[in-house]
Amino acid sequence: MIAVFFSYFALMSIAAAAMTVALKNPVHCGLALLALLLHVSGFFVLLNAEFLWAVQVIVYAGAILVLYLFVLMLLNLKTDERYFHSTFMYFLTPALLGSLYVIYLLLRSPFAGAKGNAPTVAILQDGDTAAIGIKMFSDYLLQFEIVGVFLLGAIIGAIVLAKTPKPHNLRKD
Amino acid sequence: MLPLSAYVAVSAVLFVIGLLGVLIRRNFIIVLMSVEIMLNAANINLVAFSYYLESMAGQLVALFIIAIAAGEAAIGLAIIIVVFRGKLSTNVDEMNLLKW
Repeated sequence: MIAVFFSYFALMSIAAAAMTVALKNPVHCGLALLALLLHVSGFFVLLNAEFLWAVQVIVYAGAILVLYLFVLMLLNLKTDERYFHSTFMYFLTPALLGSLYVIYLLLRSPFAGAKGNAPTVAILQDGDTAAIGIKMFSDYLLQFEIVGVFLLGAIIGAIVLAKTPKPHNLRKD
Repeated sequence: MLPLSAYVAVSAVLFVIGLLGVLIRRNFIIVLMSVEIMLNAANINLVAFSYYLESMAGQLVALFIIAIAAGEAAIGLAIIIVVFRGKLSTNVDEMNLLKW
């Protein structure tokens, strides 16, 4: 059963990613990106990461994607006739060959490693959210604070950048 | 139970598609969207390894990556708005002000 869901999510997310890159109209690209994000969140459910699933849907699909679509609507772009680089044909074959080789290598490798201290049974006992919370506010507290300061800086930077310049600040040319 | 390499393979394909998008698209907003595809590929990888190696670290780093992606989207789109105001275009080929 998991294999069925996995193949559905894999096929749909790869198709949505290809559409995001290949479609002509930027708004259509944004909607394809939405499909990609939702199917990636399906992987998180399969991997027992329910909290990340919720964060993916709320933050990625709910906030970041709306920001993209908002800017797309705001700018009212014309669709370019040539929306790829003129040299894009040169990239396609190397990308295809390289990804096939990487997948071949990945499917062969065993990926053994040292196991951590959070097996599935221990996570499912209190739920994924509790496990993430305990870990984040004990071992990863410094990183959590750094991300908070980073987000504050990003908010201030975005406001400063996107503010309409005052008339006397305009260059006189 | 699925092998870990299945997840890693999907994530590799998504990463290559995103990289290709950054390289071949000319619209700056689509380039940023391709960066989001690459970040999502990395997230799948991290969560899959966190599940198979029974450690919470991968999920926490994935959470931080989502926060970084939010900041990146806000700053990138603000830069796009600034450039669009001056040039009326989001074509990456025309953004060469800082090129030496």
